[in-house]
Amino acid sequence: MRIVKLNELRETHKIVLLLTLLVMWNFAFLVLDLFQSLWVGILLVDFVIIVFLLQQVSLLVPPQRMSTFEKAVAMGFPIILLGSWELLVRGGILHEEWFPPPTRIIVALWNLTVHYDEFTKTSLLGRFWLIPSIFPKEGWEGVKRLFLESHVNATVLRILAGFVCGSIPGLLVGVFMGMNRIVRTMLDPVISATYVVPKITILPLMMLIFDPFGETYQIVTVGIGVFFLVLINTMTGVRDIDPIFLEAARNYGANRLQLFRHVIIPGALPFIFAGLRLGLGVGLVLVIAIEFLRGVKGVGYITWYFWEIMVVENMYGGLIIIMVLGILTTLGLQRLERWVIPWQREEHVLPESLEG
Amino acid sequence: MALKIIAKNVTKIFPSPRGRVIAVKGFNIEVNDGEFLCIVGPSGCGKSTFLRILAGLVPPSSGEVRIIPGNKGESKPINNIIFQEYAIFPWKTVRDNVAFGLQMRGIPKNERDKITLEWIQRVGLSKFANSYPHQLSGGMKQRVSIARAFANDPEVLLMDEPLGALDAQTRAVLQEELIRIWEEDKKTVVYITHSIEEAVLLGDRIALMTAHPGTNKAFFDVDFQRPRDLKLTGTPRFAGLCYSIWELLQTEVKQAMEKQL
Repeated sequence: MRIVKLNELRETHKIVLLLTLLVMWNFAFLVLDLFQSLWVGILLVDFVIIVFLLQQVSLLVPPQRMSTFEKAVAMGFPIILLGSWELLVRGGILHEEWFPPPTRIIVALWNLTVHYDEFTKTSLLGRFWLIPSIFPKEGWEGVKRLFLESHVNATVLRILAGFVCGSIPGLLVGVFMGMNRIVRTMLDPVISATYVVPKITILPLMMLIFDPFGETYQIVTVGIGVFFLVLINTMTGVRDIDPIFLEAARNYGANRLQLFRHVIIPGALPFIFAGLRLGLGVGLVLVIAIEFLRGVKGVGYITWYFWEIMVVENMYGGLIIIMVLGILTTLGLQRLERWVIPWQREEHVLPESLEG
Repeated sequence: MALKIIAKNVTKIFPSPRGRVIAVKGFNIEVNDGEFLCIVGPSGCGKSTFLRILAGLVPPSSGEVRIIPGNKGESKPINNIIFQEYAIFPWKTVRDNVAFGLQMRGIPKNERDKITLEWIQRVGLSKFANSYPHQLSGGMKQRVSIARAFANDPEVLLMDEPLGALDAQTRAVLQEELIRIWEEDKKTVVYITHSIEEAVLLGDRIALMTAHPGTNKAFFDVDFQRPRDLKLTGTPRFAGLCYSIWELLQTEVKQAMEKQL
């Protein structure tokens, strides 16, 4: 008992020591007025001290609280980052015009949300708070109009439409290529050759084929980007299925359709989802790139537009929204994956001792 | 007694980039209805290939295999394999895995559920009916595979070293269980193994195979009375029979090892 206590005492000592070091280190440079010129180095050392500090703290955390501690660290660090950013700007160390502090970006986001641009007839989210007053007058038409004026909705619709248009054909062709050697041998060189082309390069071609002022060319471009990733991963997934499962299915009398439904598709699902995840990432890049180039509406468009007219905090606002869109779509796909592939959920495995 | 399986002069030749490989050469067996036949041979002798030919998964290069259906009235599946690698589907629950053969045959759901649950109970997995294979141990996975085969009620059961991947203790437990389940309705079984003890414990008859390319070496009758259990392995007669089989087999094993070098 005594030894344990002594050890714990030492750990807490170390923590106090490190905390003091952290404060003194920063304070010293502040007093000497060297922060302005050396802040990158100072913050790097701060980071190292914080790592040591948290390591000491983690030794004191009881095992059953460990996951809570890790969550707190994971949530806490971004907050520290944002806090330092704010302080660096307030202290005049970072240029306020180019790196507006987080609080100003939040205000900018709020302004963007409530603002309606009379000239382009757009708003950030669509002014959904107007629905109660517009719906009695104009009905669903009015709600639709509000929905269509939204930058976020425009971008989300493009991502979703492109994603669906790309992943379904990718899935089908991938399965066929995975199952049939001749189809695979025929298509493989074509796929390999076109796969390496950065998908944004086909944008001019798509504008030739489709109306260059419509939505179709954008959705098709995004779809093609998604298509290749889903196709290649689906094909890999189908080929990765252990042949013993196909043998077992045949031995138990599965016909082609049953083989497809009970073995091939579920067996390839983990890879298919890997493809969908990658496809979603590429789809997002393509949508934003197209909106940069050609957009008159969309989050990419406003990000670009506010850079052009140098309203930097609004540009950051656009960036944040794109980030949030990325996070939400990825989370959504993760949810879908857990729902569709329940057998992959990590649950504890029975020990051999329960045998017999 | 009625014949159930006839394999005449079965030969299997695989083409390979380095020339033709003869896996099985002129192998013959006849299995009676309700008989438990074990095929024992050194590793690489083509036992598994022969079983796959018997199952109809691979066509023989020459020779003939026939499984004779029983009653003309009922349409049972011809054969089902229990694989060494279990080959139960990771994406299906225990219940859906056991029901697989019945589902493929289009057995109505009510009946399917009844048979499935009964077999899950018979292999002692009732608590795990809705678990996925990754939650089960190796022994439990093989029980699922055994239940899947028995539930489908085929004319003959083909087992390809079903207990080969398990540790010794789990294997002993499953051997006894397999004996118990089999003795309840005595289906025709062809059982591949490289363990002489396992063959003597389980089988009514043993067909010995030569080293690569596999062909007939000898047959042994195993006339220990049933029901059997692991106590049998402690008797002198059991040990004597095992040893006389080993005497014949060891030259083949040595030959197989030399070929590998």
